[in-house]
Amino acid sequence: MSAAPVASRPLPTPRLPGFGVSLGITSVVVGALVVLPLIALVVVVARAEPSHVMEVLGSERTLMAYGLSFGASALAAILSAPLGLGIAWTLVRYEVPGRRFFDALVDLPFAMPTAVSGIALTQLWGPSGVFGAALQPLGLEVAFTRAGVVLALIFVSLPFVVRTVQPVIESFPRETEEAAASLGADRVTTFRRVIFPALRPALLAGATLGFARAIGEYGSVVFIAGNVPFRTEIAPLLVLVRLEEYDYAGAAAISTGMLVASGAILVILSQRAKGLRHG
Amino acid sequence: MAESRDQHARERPHGLGLAVAITSIALLCLLVLAPLAIVLVEGFADGVGTFVEAVTDEATVSALVLTLTVVAIVVPFHTVFGIAAAWLLTRQDFRGKALLGTLIDLPFTVSPVVSGLLFVLLFGARGWLGPWLRDHEIRIVYAVPGVVLATLFVTLPFVVRELVPTMEAIGRDEEEAAASLGAGGWQILWRITLPRVRWALFYGCVLCGARAAGEFGAVSVVSGHVRGETNTLPLHVEILWGEYHTAAAFSVATMLAASGLVTLVLRSFLERRVRASKRAASAAADASAAVALGEDTPMKGALS
Amino acid sequence: MSLEAVSVRKTFGKHKALDDVSVKIAGGELVALLGPSGGGKTTLLRVLAGLESPDAGVVRIRGEEVTRNGPHARGVGFVFQHYALFREMTVFENVAFGLRVKPRGTRPDEAAIQKRVHELLGLVQLEGLSGRHPDQLSGGQRQRVALARALAVEPKILLLDEPFGALDAKVRKELRSWLRRLHDELHVTTILVTHDQEEAFEIADRVLVIHEGRIHQDGTPEVLLTTPASPFVADFVSESAIVHGTLDDEGAIVLDEASRGSLGASKGARVALKKVHVAGAVPRGATHTSSLD
Repeated sequence: MSAAPVASRPLPTPRLPGFGVSLGITSVVVGALVVLPLIALVVVVARAEPSHVMEVLGSERTLMAYGLSFGASALAAILSAPLGLGIAWTLVRYEVPGRRFFDALVDLPFAMPTAVSGIALTQLWGPSGVFGAALQPLGLEVAFTRAGVVLALIFVSLPFVVRTVQPVIESFPRETEEAAASLGADRVTTFRRVIFPALRPALLAGATLGFARAIGEYGSVVFIAGNVPFRTEIAPLLVLVRLEEYDYAGAAAISTGMLVASGAILVILSQRAKGLRHG
Repeated sequence: MAESRDQHARERPHGLGLAVAITSIALLCLLVLAPLAIVLVEGFADGVGTFVEAVTDEATVSALVLTLTVVAIVVPFHTVFGIAAAWLLTRQDFRGKALLGTLIDLPFTVSPVVSGLLFVLLFGARGWLGPWLRDHEIRIVYAVPGVVLATLFVTLPFVVRELVPTMEAIGRDEEEAAASLGAGGWQILWRITLPRVRWALFYGCVLCGARAAGEFGAVSVVSGHVRGETNTLPLHVEILWGEYHTAAAFSVATMLAASGLVTLVLRSFLERRVRASKRAASAAADASAAVALGEDTPMKGALS
Repeated sequence: MSLEAVSVRKTFGKHKALDDVSVKIAGGELVALLGPSGGGKTTLLRVLAGLESPDAGVVRIRGEEVTRNGPHARGVGFVFQHYALFREMTVFENVAFGLRVKPRGTRPDEAAIQKRVHELLGLVQLEGLSGRHPDQLSGGQRQRVALARALAVEPKILLLDEPFGALDAKVRKELRSWLRRLHDELHVTTILVTHDQEEAFEIADRVLVIHEGRIHQDGTPEVLLTTPASPFVADFVSESAIVHGTLDDEGAIVLDEASRGSLGASKGARVALKKVHVAGAVPRGATHTSSLD
């Protein structure tokens, strides 16, 4: 199917060989692994009773799950932004003992299998865990509450912020700062007026990437979330619940909502990136 | 620029800067280091004996075998696919290239659970192709092929994403030169392209393999949790955890965490290599630009 | 070996790189494609080599159509502007590459490859450097490796894309006369792309002036200088202002008002008077001048 637009016009002489083979492999794999499953999703939603789809999407449980997934992801992204900025700034600018170690540590949430992160976070912040037990006398509960969901999602989105902002700080010309300083600006003013505006687009992009990732996150969250319907049930989990009830259409409908949301975010981001490049 | 800052321009924090540095590092430890530490601590909490017992348990071993099998299928598959797709995206011109790139990137933006669901909707008993598969007695979902397919989907972009920027930075010149000298496609690939991109390719495979071993959400949807049959290591961790075998769960998790740590170490090592090969490509371009301006100097210095 | 392109068209997006271009080159000729950058000459060369496919038109080598053939199937040697040496290989392996990738039946044995490569390195005066890597060579040395590499497969046609563009003036001059001698020795049909008219005139038997995707003139250096086919050719070839005037009875040239203005207030103007005929201006004559600082 991906070959169709190419084959409809006379094939150009390949400048480098391998067009046929690489197009063949790529379109078969992408067709079978990506396009076909997406068509299946569309088929299942299209075949379902519209009233059932609307019922699932409009049900309070679905709306609560969407609300939690989007809300907690947004909150996590908002909280990751200053934290990620601080970490990136520290790693680039300051002499910190063990800097290379901390720098590698930032990628851990990428590299650690999500189920492992999930049980580790739960163990730490659960009522009998190191941090959970410390918070209990204060009346604060993290595990099995919405706070736990936000915490796990910060864990997931933090590397996106750090890794997007870090190169921008690295390439920020020292001279600009020195110029500001020579004009009498103190360091806080320099940061606020000169450096931060330059970092803001990257910070926003990093937080948005983290947000998009957090919406779909499953493994790191399910263990600590507690998964109480209407309260701590995230949208991906609800998809699984519907599937276990053999409600394929319901699961597909909820998934479509998430796909549309992350697709929209992706489009907005690439448009912004284009704007930055051209403007 | 970045290099010089790396070596010289770092300052000792003081005042407000010190507060920022301490807070940032403390929170990083609290959020990221602590979970890693707790895995190791809990994994050995009940002593080495329990650890060994958990790791050599029959169910664990069969989960390990399945996980390794999946990795052994997925990584070679995506090596071939990644090279083909990167060749197509960087070395050929055709309409629909942008669309193809978007489709390849898509699995990165899809929730793991939705990724798994897609295959259930396609191959499941009540899915689109379900009846046909049932008639032909083919089991995909809730069986090993489903686990493999879901993992293939989730890991689709990794190798391509490493190869494409590297091959774009290198450019087509050498391959065109080889073609004009009579080399065919395979000869160009083996003799020219692969030697240039080997680190990026290896790095992509490492990332792909790590993700394949650790994938949880997608696999948990398609596996059906058949113990001893469709259980991968991450799913096994979930089961042990759910049955309150906390120490055993963390023991098995240690194995997965170790694979994550190996990835991290390789990452910092390989990322430098990949960056260096990209830099070398752009340095060569700069050098020829410098020559064009009239400095016909040997270029060894420019690359060191 | 003769080479021919008929009515070739090629566009990149909206840009017409080649607009109905036809050329015919006889075996053993040394032809230069001359023109300002962006005029289409490199595109034409790449179309001839098979590195670019034309939107329309036909390419023939010795009368045989090769339009749909890839570069590897044309037996054409190509030397790239930025050399495109294989950086993972030594100089020796670079030159040997074309021999090593030959199909098994026609591939020379190792001893023959050794002999041939050393011969070629002798030809380009780089015998001592066979073990080096490209990044250990100067620009001029790299260019000669690129030439030796292209010659190793004994191409019937040699295509050179701005071969000396990235070299400094002195090295460029040396390599230029060296290339001319090489051509006289080997008689390989050679096409050279350049934006430097001095280079084109010095080396080539015949020069094709290409601008805005079209061939403006095709002729020997003398023809181009004496009878430019268009003001563009006259202007580009001489790299000077064209002034108009009349020759009076005493042999003095009286410039037109406009031409006087265009020369400005420079005191001395050396006027090189040649029998130059610009289309439409024959009765009055045109002068070929260059102003002095």
